[in-house]
Amino acid sequence: MIKIDINKKLHGASGDMNLSVSLSVKDNEFVALSGKSGSGKTTLLRILAGLEESDGVIEVDGEVWQNSKRSLSPQKRRIGFVFQDYALFPNMSVLENLLYVVKDRNLAERLLEITELRELRNRLPNTLSGGQKQRVSLCRAMMNRPKLLLMDEPLSALDSEMRMKLQREIKVLHEEFGTTTIMVSHDASEIYRLASRVVVLDVGKVINDGTPKDVLLKTSGSQKFSFEGELLDIVKVDVIYIAIISIAQQLVEVVVSSEESKQLIIGQKVSVSTKAFTPIINQ
Amino acid sequence: MIEILQTLDLTPFILSFKLAGLTTIILFILGMPLAWYLSQTKSKSKPVLEAITALPIVLPPSVLGFYILWALSINSPIGAFFEETFGVKLVFNFTGLVIASCFYSLPFMVQPLQSGFESINKNMLEASYISGKSKFKTIIKVALPNIKPAVITAVIVTFAHTVGEFGVVLMVGGSIPGETKVASVAIYEFVEIMDYESAHVYSGIMVSISFVVLLSVYIFNAKHNKKIGSFS
Repeated sequence: MIKIDINKKLHGASGDMNLSVSLSVKDNEFVALSGKSGSGKTTLLRILAGLEESDGVIEVDGEVWQNSKRSLSPQKRRIGFVFQDYALFPNMSVLENLLYVVKDRNLAERLLEITELRELRNRLPNTLSGGQKQRVSLCRAMMNRPKLLLMDEPLSALDSEMRMKLQREIKVLHEEFGTTTIMVSHDASEIYRLASRVVVLDVGKVINDGTPKDVLLKTSGSQKFSFEGELLDIVKVDVIYIAIISIAQQLVEVVVSSEESKQLIIGQKVSVSTKAFTPIINQ
Repeated sequence: MIEILQTLDLTPFILSFKLAGLTTIILFILGMPLAWYLSQTKSKSKPVLEAITALPIVLPPSVLGFYILWALSINSPIGAFFEETFGVKLVFNFTGLVIASCFYSLPFMVQPLQSGFESINKNMLEASYISGKSKFKTIIKVALPNIKPAVITAVIVTFAHTVGEFGVVLMVGGSIPGETKVASVAIYEFVEIMDYESAHVYSGIMVSISFVVLLSVYIFNAKHNKKIGSFS
């Protein structure tokens, strides 16, 4: 059980903000941390790791990691951390990167087996692909059998195929070791596949907290589907207006009335939904 | 020419390399923590420390030599303390030369190491801390091996710069054969007494050694960069 109740003043690009998060995470839980960039996700992870100072309390399995009197150093917290840019030690081979953390050869071999890296154990990180590097980084983070695994957008630099592969491996590792995990991610399908809970941050505050299904599904009420997109343009064609909206790399056209077109601002985030797949009869 | 080579007095060279070797070892031990601190600190005093560290590059050796000479002499509290407590004189002997050289060559050790440390991906160091490793272990096992070119450059440039030192050595050490008469001072004296032949031989040796040393550094750096790649 992890109890987090922290406060920190941040000076971000969009002015000062107060990161204020109060959470409790159950054992073995896999939490996805989501939110706009600059909402404080990475800072929260770094505070948990002891890499940044903050006010407040962090308690893990009854052990105080941080309170008003003292703060455990990152060295003493027993965490695993997976960085977006891998942060492997270039002077050590794959196996040496793992053994540097703890000299537990059996565990290292097992982790390399799960992530299909055994063949590459003597290679230097510089000779590996991005996906391979991130798998090594994941294995390294598991080496000290962490009480808490933190991952900062671990898959965002990889292509979609490699992402799927790593998502599967992360899932296998999580099932096998049962490590309580907090992962920063923007990818809805990734969150849905891996996480049992999603916490959404905005300007330093938790604005949503629930199961991936509750948080991520955008439809509400009787809507059949709903997509979020960006309004790119409104074009007048004869007597009607056509809004051009970009949804996940694709452009769609939606007919809008002249009144609606006046209320919409180009560049704003909009949601496109429909209910009218089945006729509705009202008496 | 051959005659000169046969009767060549190697003592000034040996003295030069002994001085440079000792200075480099001492500065590596003292300069590394300073370089590490400067590379990691966000303190406001950083520019002040950096400026002090870089001073020996800008100051004329005579100015530096004068201050060191004064500080180590019996007329200053430091010199007096050593004389009275340990009975050691610090000027016009080899010990004085080593102390003076450490000040003179300090920036040549600290600056390459500092920029080396600064080039390291911070996440990599943090990954080591999170793995439970102390700062000291992180420096030895992770930081230094990944900035080998910077380490080699720092060591070699410090060594070479100390070998090439002239003004400070002359001010603090004078020219006592076998004690403070290093190669550069010896060459100066040959020219002064118009023994150009010896000056040529000594100078030629200095040029050759320096070239070979620098060439090896550049070859090593090129090889290392190919193997390890960029830090990120």
